[in-house]
Amino acid sequence: MKYFEDIAVGERTAVGRHTFTADEIKAFAARFDPQPFHVDERAAERSHFGRLAASGWHSAVVWMRLMVAERRRQAEAARGRREPVAAMGPALGLRDLKWLKPVYVDDTVSYESEVIETRVSESRPNLGLLTVRSTGVNQHGELVISFVSTTFVERRPVNT
Amino acid sequence: MPKRHWEDFKPGAVDVYGPRLVTREEIVAFAAEFDPQPMHLDETAAAGTLLGGLAASGWHSCCILMRIIADGFINETSSMGAPGVDEVRWLKPLRPGTRVRVRTTVLETRASNSRPEIGFVKCLFELLDEQDGVLTTLTSPLMIRRRQAGAGA
Repeated sequence: MKYFEDIAVGERTAVGRHTFTADEIKAFAARFDPQPFHVDERAAERSHFGRLAASGWHSAVVWMRLMVAERRRQAEAARGRREPVAAMGPALGLRDLKWLKPVYVDDTVSYESEVIETRVSESRPNLGLLTVRSTGVNQHGELVISFVSTTFVERRPVNT
Repeated sequence: MPKRHWEDFKPGAVDVYGPRLVTREEIVAFAAEFDPQPMHLDETAAAGTLLGGLAASGWHSCCILMRIIADGFINETSSMGAPGVDEVRWLKPLRPGTRVRVRTTVLETRASNSRPEIGFVKCLFELLDEQDGVLTTLTSPLMIRRRQAGAGA
């Protein structure tokens, strides 16, 4: 990751994409969100979803997994250029999480994140706060998930 | 059949669900799968971060909260899921070995303008530790089927 000072509002990251299989939708929901329309095809057919749909938390945590992998790639590339890698995290929270369309079996969601605000932390002036809007779009081009999260990021050391 | 419908939720009502013991094993397993940052995977690496030691991914806290309320009341409610979450705040780290509960407060209820068969119940969910310390707060409108479509609440 870049230092706080090197990150600009409007920067976008293609985070990656993921196809949600029936098995993983059911396995995730059985652990964390066992509502009938996330764990059982027949119950899902009788529900307002019409067919098996992923838990909204599932489509959110897949973003996190892809984002961590993307940050790791960026960090390795920076190390390859002998550039320092800034520490990131943890996040303070999120807001405006919207599940706009269901994620159905075998849907592929492509995620993107855009920096919408940068500011120095008031409580920890040696750290910056990065606010990012993340979105996921399915294979039909429909927005399925959107949220805004805020994360600590290291500031550039004064001496470098 | 669901026992609770939209009409059964009243603003100001408070319920507590759980407890559930959160183990080190499940914190590390969740992180390895969904949020493999060192602060969620390894004590030594976590000690040098702002979390000051191994702690669950914030997403894991949300998922644990979801599971507790699903078992606590949502699966006996005519729930249609949630259109989203207004806000999540990760206030304190969730440490291994914590026995968590969820305090649910009904903030407001309103009938859907466009769909007479459903209503919304906005809830504040607080993930609590054994000392009633609030680890995570989550505010979300639940979409719930009405017992009588379009009738007054």
